[in-house]
Amino acid sequence: MPSNAKNSLLVVVRHSPYGSSVARSSLEVALAAAAFEQPVGLLFVGDGVLQLIPDQEPSGIGVRNIAKLIQSLPLYDIETLYADEQALQRYGLDPQTLPQQLLPLNTAAIQALFSNYDHILSF
Amino acid sequence: MIYSLLVLSPPHSGQGASTAVQFARAAISRGHSIHRVFFLDQGTYNACAAQVTPQDESDTLQQWVDLAQESNVELVLCIASALQRGLIDSTEARRYDKQAATIHPAFVISGLGQLVDASAASERMITFGC
Repeated sequence: MPSNAKNSLLVVVRHSPYGSSVARSSLEVALAAAAFEQPVGLLFVGDGVLQLIPDQEPSGIGVRNIAKLIQSLPLYDIETLYADEQALQRYGLDPQTLPQQLLPLNTAAIQALFSNYDHILSF
Repeated sequence: MIYSLLVLSPPHSGQGASTAVQFARAAISRGHSIHRVFFLDQGTYNACAAQVTPQDESDTLQQWVDLAQESNVELVLCIASALQRGLIDSTEARRYDKQAATIHPAFVISGLGQLVDASAASERMITFGC
């Protein structure tokens, strides 16, 4: 069991939702940290922002829906999701259409975010 | 400094796993400690006991085993990742009615809590792969 010491984790998600299993693994790490009551942040960068698209329909490829997992994050007290605003723009994603707890960040804000966490796990 | 490692890379498919074990050895040789190595996703393939490495390539499995035995480093596999890939110990083999264990006994199977716990117990977490 994790120790009681507060230990904040920033999970950096770089992978698109269905190209590899690591996309789901990264979210499961964030959920595990939250389940053990560690402060956890999720930052979506690069192709990782594609995980935020709400209307995903992966039943045809026989895998579980990443969008539903992302929608469940507030239930685990992961209240704020961060995304690289440049990556959102590159993929033409309008934050209005993405989960409402999403906070787009510019490069300087991302740098500041990194310094706010004890550990960074990059996927 | 106390380090823990997160390994996402499988062996023999790119350099990530090999770099991870070499990093661990180098850190220990410089007086640092490795608290735990946690294997997640494709990284769990590192534990496959049946790997046969060509003679002129480095045997990553043996390097992990040596690290565990010589330096007392915990090698922990994510249970969800491992089971999906057929990487099981004798307990899981019995539980799921499989013929045999497939992981090397230097590794143990546990949950993601062990990764979270490692981050709490370590000054640095280093991720290898992906």
